[in-house]
Amino acid sequence: MNRERITRWLVSGPPFVFMVVFFVLPALIMVVASFRFPGEHGGLAPMFENGTWQFTLETYQFFFSDFIYTEIFLKSFLIAGLTTVICIAMAYPVALLITRVPKRFRDVMILLVVLPFASNFLIRVYAWMIILGPQSAFSIAINSVVTAFGFEPVTLLFSPFAVIVGMVYVHLPFMVLPLYTNLEKHDPILLDAAQDLGANAWKRFWKVTWPLSLPGVYAGSALVFIPVLGMFAVPDILGGTGDILIGNLIKEQFLGTRDWPFGSMLSIMLTLAVLAIAALAMRFSRKSLSYA
Amino acid sequence: MWFAALLVYLFLYLPLTVVVIYSFNDSRLNAEWVGFTWRWYEVLFQDEEMIQAAVNSILIAVGASFIATLLGTMAGIAIHRYKLKALPFLVITPVAMPEILLGVSLLLFFIQVLHLTLGLLSVLVAHITFCVGFVAIVVRARLAGMDESIFEAARDLGATPWQTFRLVTLPLILPAVIAGALMSFTLSIDDFVITFFTAGVGVSTLPLQIYSMIKIAVTPEVNAVSTLLMLVTLGMILLAARFDKTVLRGQE
Repeated sequence: MNRERITRWLVSGPPFVFMVVFFVLPALIMVVASFRFPGEHGGLAPMFENGTWQFTLETYQFFFSDFIYTEIFLKSFLIAGLTTVICIAMAYPVALLITRVPKRFRDVMILLVVLPFASNFLIRVYAWMIILGPQSAFSIAINSVVTAFGFEPVTLLFSPFAVIVGMVYVHLPFMVLPLYTNLEKHDPILLDAAQDLGANAWKRFWKVTWPLSLPGVYAGSALVFIPVLGMFAVPDILGGTGDILIGNLIKEQFLGTRDWPFGSMLSIMLTLAVLAIAALAMRFSRKSLSYA
Repeated sequence: MWFAALLVYLFLYLPLTVVVIYSFNDSRLNAEWVGFTWRWYEVLFQDEEMIQAAVNSILIAVGASFIATLLGTMAGIAIHRYKLKALPFLVITPVAMPEILLGVSLLLFFIQVLHLTLGLLSVLVAHITFCVGFVAIVVRARLAGMDESIFEAARDLGATPWQTFRLVTLPLILPAVIAGALMSFTLSIDDFVITFFTAGVGVSTLPLQIYSMIKIAVTPEVNAVSTLLMLVTLGMILLAARFDKTVLRGQE
C-alpha cells in the first residue's frame, strides 16, 4: 500500500513540479510585476524600498487614460473575428467534402490539410510576403485589373489585408479539423428525412447540417481566435507601421521600451480576454449540444 | 462544393510551392523567373551564422524532446492511472494560450527571479514547458485505448510497479512515446515566438535566423533554408504518424 503511494508520487511528482515552477510561478510573477513600478533603466524597480512596499495601480490607470490602447485591443478583436469568419467559410466546404468522399480517401485528404503545418510558421508567412510583394505576378495582375477600371494601383503587402491573409493561412487547419470531426458524426439519414419532407439543398444545409455542426464551429473558432489575438509575428512581417495588435504592443514593452510593468499588465489583459473567449466558446458549444 | 474545396487546397499549397520554386531561381529578387540555379543552397552552406543557428536548433530540439518525453510520459501515465485533476490543466494550458504569454512570463522569470543570462539553457527549459503537454496527450490516448486487465494480471503475478512498467506498460506505450518524442523535436525546432523571447541576444536558432533575414534583407537564401527545413519537419511528422496516428489529430 505504501509502495503504491510512493510510485504515485514518483510518477506524478516530476512533471507536476516542473510545470508549477516553469508555468504557474512565472504567471504569478507576471501578475505581481503588473503592479510594480518600472525600473529607471527598464525592467522593474525594487519591490521594497525606503521602508515601504512599492506597489501601484499606475499601469492599469495608464492603460485606460489613453484611448490608443483600447483601440489596439479592439482592432485585435476585429482582426481575430474577421480571421475566424473567413476560416469558417473556407474550412466548411473542405470539411464537408471530406465527409462525403469514400472512407479510404478521407485520411489522405485530412493529411493534405495538415501537411502545410509541417512547414515552419515563419516560412508560411514569408510565402505571402513573396506573393503579395509589389513585383509579384499576383500584385501585377491585380493592379492591371484595378487600373483598367480607372483606380489607383494598390499596395497589397504591408497592409491590414496582408495581415488577415497571413492569419487565415496560418490558422486554417485549426478550423478544418474540429469541423470535420463534428461533421463526420452526423447521421446522413437526417438529410434524407429533410429531403423527403421537401427541403431543398439550401434549406437542408441551414436547418440540419449547420445547427448540428455548431459545436465544431465553436471549437474551431476558439482555436483560431485565441492564437490570432496574441499574434505579433504576422503583423510584424506582413503589416504596415499602423498594423499594431496586442501582441506587437506586448513585444514592444518587453524587448523595445523595456517597460515591464506595462507589458505584464497588457499580458494579463490578454490572458483575461482569452479566458473569457474560451469560457464563452465552451458555454455556447454546450448549449448547442443540448439543443441538438 | 467540390470547386470551393479545390480552391482552398490550392490556397494551402500554392504559397509553399512558390517558396520552393524561387529557392532555385537565379535572381536576387523573388519576382521574375530567370533560370535554374543551386546558388542559394551554396550560399546557405557557407553561411556560418546560419550553420551555427542550425546546430543550436538541433541541440535544443534533442535536449528538449528527450526531457519533455520523459516528463510527458510520466504525466500521461499519471493522468490516466491516478485521474489527477490539476495535472492535465498544468500540461495543456501552456499550449492552449497564445504563445507570447508563455514567452514573456518566462522571460520575466528567468531574468527577474533566476537572474539567468538568457541563452541555450533558457530556450531549452521554455521548449520543454510547451512540449510536455503534447507527449502527455499522445501517451494518455494510447493508455486509454488499452485493456486494464493486463496491468492487473502483471500485479497478480507478483510484479513490482517498476517491473510492471518496464515489462508491460512501456513496451505497449512505446509507439506513443516515440511519436511524442518526434513531435516534441518538430515543435522545438520549429518554434519561433517562445524562442524569440527566451533566447536573449547571444544565441540564435534557425527560426530566429530566418526571422531576422525576412525583416532585414530578404534573399532567396531564405527560400533555400525554408525548403530544407520543410523537408526535415515533413519527414519527422510522417515518421511520428507511422508510430502513432493520434499525432496527426493531436494538433487539435
